[in-house]
Amino acid sequence: MSRIEEKLKILADAAKYDVSCSSSGSKRKNKGGIGDASASGICHTYTEDGRCVSLLKILLTNHCIYDCAFCVSRKSNDVKRAAFTVEEVVDLTMNFYRRNYIEGLFLSSGIFKNADFTMERLLRIVKKLRTEERYNGYIHLKTIPGASEELIREAGLYADRMSINLELPTEAGLKMVAPEKDHESVRKPLAFVNEQMQSYKKESKLIRHVPSFVPAGQSTQMVIGATPESDFEIMNVADEYYKNYKLKRVYYSGYIPINNEHQALPQIGSAPPLIRENRLYQTDWLLRFYDFKLDEILHPGHKNLELDIDPKLDWALRNPHFFPVDINKADYKMIIRIPGIGRQSAMKIVNARKFGKLREYQIRKMGIAFNRARYFMVCADTPFTLGNMAMDHVKKRILENGNSTYKRKLPTGQLTLF
Amino acid sequence: MYYLFDGSYAGFLTCVFESFEHREFSVTPITSDRFTGDFFRDNREVITDAAKAKRVQRGLRKKLDSNRAMDFFRVYLSEDPEAWQAAFRMILRIFDTGPEIMLDFGDNDVIFFAQTLKKVGRERHRMKAFIRFQKSSDGMYFAIVEPDFNVLPLISGFFKRRYADQPWLIYDARRKYGLWYDGNTVAEVQLTPAEKDALSPHHIAITLDERDEHFQQLWQQYFKSTNIESRRNMKLHLRHVPRRYWKYLTEKNGM
Repeated sequence: MSRIEEKLKILADAAKYDVSCSSSGSKRKNKGGIGDASASGICHTYTEDGRCVSLLKILLTNHCIYDCAFCVSRKSNDVKRAAFTVEEVVDLTMNFYRRNYIEGLFLSSGIFKNADFTMERLLRIVKKLRTEERYNGYIHLKTIPGASEELIREAGLYADRMSINLELPTEAGLKMVAPEKDHESVRKPLAFVNEQMQSYKKESKLIRHVPSFVPAGQSTQMVIGATPESDFEIMNVADEYYKNYKLKRVYYSGYIPINNEHQALPQIGSAPPLIRENRLYQTDWLLRFYDFKLDEILHPGHKNLELDIDPKLDWALRNPHFFPVDINKADYKMIIRIPGIGRQSAMKIVNARKFGKLREYQIRKMGIAFNRARYFMVCADTPFTLGNMAMDHVKKRILENGNSTYKRKLPTGQLTLF
Repeated sequence: MYYLFDGSYAGFLTCVFESFEHREFSVTPITSDRFTGDFFRDNREVITDAAKAKRVQRGLRKKLDSNRAMDFFRVYLSEDPEAWQAAFRMILRIFDTGPEIMLDFGDNDVIFFAQTLKKVGRERHRMKAFIRFQKSSDGMYFAIVEPDFNVLPLISGFFKRRYADQPWLIYDARRKYGLWYDGNTVAEVQLTPAEKDALSPHHIAITLDERDEHFQQLWQQYFKSTNIESRRNMKLHLRHVPRRYWKYLTEKNGM
């Protein structure tokens, strides 16, 4: 194995727990060089864990002065260390990009020496890509907490997206596993970049050629299941960050145990909470695209999401008085609340019903999950029934007839004999 | 009535024109090579006529915005006679009653058209993602693909804009033609038998750039290292990267 291959192995391995891989949201054009950003983003391949590979996701180095218990690159961990040179990262990025392997670069780093020193190195790489290589592809750059505002501002002129991870959802959780860190050092730079973004946007309305500043916005990530926060606490934090910092995305990353040194963390061998992670993403989507309010899904009396059913179905089962919905009359806003009907199918329904009352066989062709939706909607030919079916019965029927991905992975509630 | 055309989009549009000309509205457009004969229905040979096709295209553009009018071209690229039939009947309906019928998703033709459009769009997107260039010793970046639908015309502009400063060739091995960009314009090319042999996937006879294998190997290494073993989910992996695409994916070969 060549030295560069070994470095790539180490520094890709160390970067992969950062789950953000989106390459969407930027409209950077190719101005006489190479590359552009595709507004919808492109996943160029998928690893065997089913995750999308869009960007070359690497650390500049996994040397780090911090000792955060949840992090594979923490100072006290006995792993191989490596560092790329600026030229190596540029060469890899350009050659992968020119072969259409990737949509762009995701560059993060362990903190070596201090924040400014690290940020300055990252900046040198993105600057070289943009100015010397005339590269207009996507760049996702980590903001290093504690770096000076001048460095962050300059980096923002070259990057498409910037992000800083909250890591643990609550300050208390963070203090448990990373006593040297706090949420304030994440809030401050998120706020700074957001202010810059807004002021560049305002300026571009007045003046024509204002350079773009972090055009694809900011994101953050929370580790799920390392510390004992409830789903309610997690989604509250997400909701607040979406609102206060206008984040494009909050990522939820199921904790994968990497050592047994810290007693409070899940130990090696315990499975990452993949179903819970999925349910959190579904909730995130309901909040951002389905016009749900957080307290409809989670509240102090209902702190955790169900694992066996999705949060929209769970909401519907707890709110039978809204159902069944007449798809020939109801508003779009109510139709997207029917379990098993998404935004695209709802649009089709609203358009199609102008041509005549819709019957069940027509709705079924529009790409809905009929097994779930059937109990919550009325079509033109739905037989009239007296009274409503009890919701616990509905849930049972759905679970029996469905082929949920998680069917076999969930505990059945029945004890085994041995 | 069957209308036999040459398989080109202009030919398809000519069929629409002739349908109005002959006042024949129960028409199934089909290519001559796929037509197996039908004892009960007549057929008519339609000769592709650029002027007639243009008039139909212009008519569509008057009724629909350019992107919606383009949808008919996209669906035509599915190479599916059933989708052609649906598209054909929809065009007649649009000229008859107006463009709103595009949203009549309760109608069999409209929903099938929408589903086909989605499939073609997905394949187009996959080609943007799955094309893997290899660099030859003379600096040409070339790739071979076998898309489910004839989507090369739909990705030409994307690759031209993105890879503006490098010459490239994308060859559709199933349909036996390619797109070639010389640094200025994209042209459609047919290859000679010798050139086709040189591009044979398991025995590429083109001399590669001296660093190409090095980067292929690094990419394979990256693909392995960025995977999280404890999250392994091959079902999901296969849903996103179906086996039929593996042949030309650098990361799924070698090592």
